[in-house]
Amino acid sequence: MIEIYLFLIFMIIAAVIAIEIKNLLAAAIAVGAVGFSAAILFIILQAPDLAIVQIVVEILTVIIFVAVIFRTTDIDKTVGKQLTSMQILGIVFYGFFALLFIIISERILNTLPPFGSPIMKVAGEYIKLGLPKVGGTNIVADIILDFRGLDTLGEATVLFTSAIGVLAVMRKAGRK
Amino acid sequence: MLIFISCIILFLIGLYAVVAKRNLLKIAIGFCIMEYAVNMLFALIGFKSGAIDPVITKVDMPHNFVDPLPQALVLTAIVIGVGTTALFLSFIVRIYEKFKTLDVSEIKKLKG
Repeated sequence: MIEIYLFLIFMIIAAVIAIEIKNLLAAAIAVGAVGFSAAILFIILQAPDLAIVQIVVEILTVIIFVAVIFRTTDIDKTVGKQLTSMQILGIVFYGFFALLFIIISERILNTLPPFGSPIMKVAGEYIKLGLPKVGGTNIVADIILDFRGLDTLGEATVLFTSAIGVLAVMRKAGRK
Repeated sequence: MLIFISCIILFLIGLYAVVAKRNLLKIAIGFCIMEYAVNMLFALIGFKSGAIDPVITKVDMPHNFVDPLPQALVLTAIVIGVGTTALFLSFIVRIYEKFKTLDVSEIKKLKG
């Protein structure tokens, strides 16, 4: 229980560092710290599939960030600058919105079951039928590949669409 | 309860970067942090104390598992997240090649 809080606090600190630091390469590494502590938290929360996918995706994300920083610039020139009045107004409004968001989400989260005891009305069926109907021993793999296979089809569609988008934006031929 | 609120705070830090920062890479980092916060909230909702991960290893073992449904949804969301981040960053590279800056307040000729 206490280790979950420790890792969440570490994630929050790393996120603040990633947003406020001047060197963009250090910001990319801080994003990596957030992602890898998320992977460790997934292991603590008994989700090994999520931890594996998170580690792979996090390495990919940090590599893409570093490649983009090498192609552009690695100093954030907007950090030490004087704020304009419109920006200060925006930050004040953001503060009000954040307070409102926390209050509303506190009310909504109170309607959820407390931490550590989920309802599992749908998931109970999946756990019961996973081995006899699908034949896979990993229930998460049963769900994403069979019970909710259409979700996975949509995921693959989004992934390949974004890959086509990256190729179309980054290609050299045909540009002036 | 407090554990869910700390996820909401992580989400709001990412939203602050998207709203208030002027560097495009910082905005991309904010999107990443928001994704992590939402994924973490789902995984925390599905956690059951004293349960094991949802993998059947013996034939007649008791089915005392954590909730596998949020894990399946988050698995989809993580993979989609890296795709959208890659697309966002490729747009950032193009914008830098055209305007030679990452400051959104200096990028004004966004037409054509």
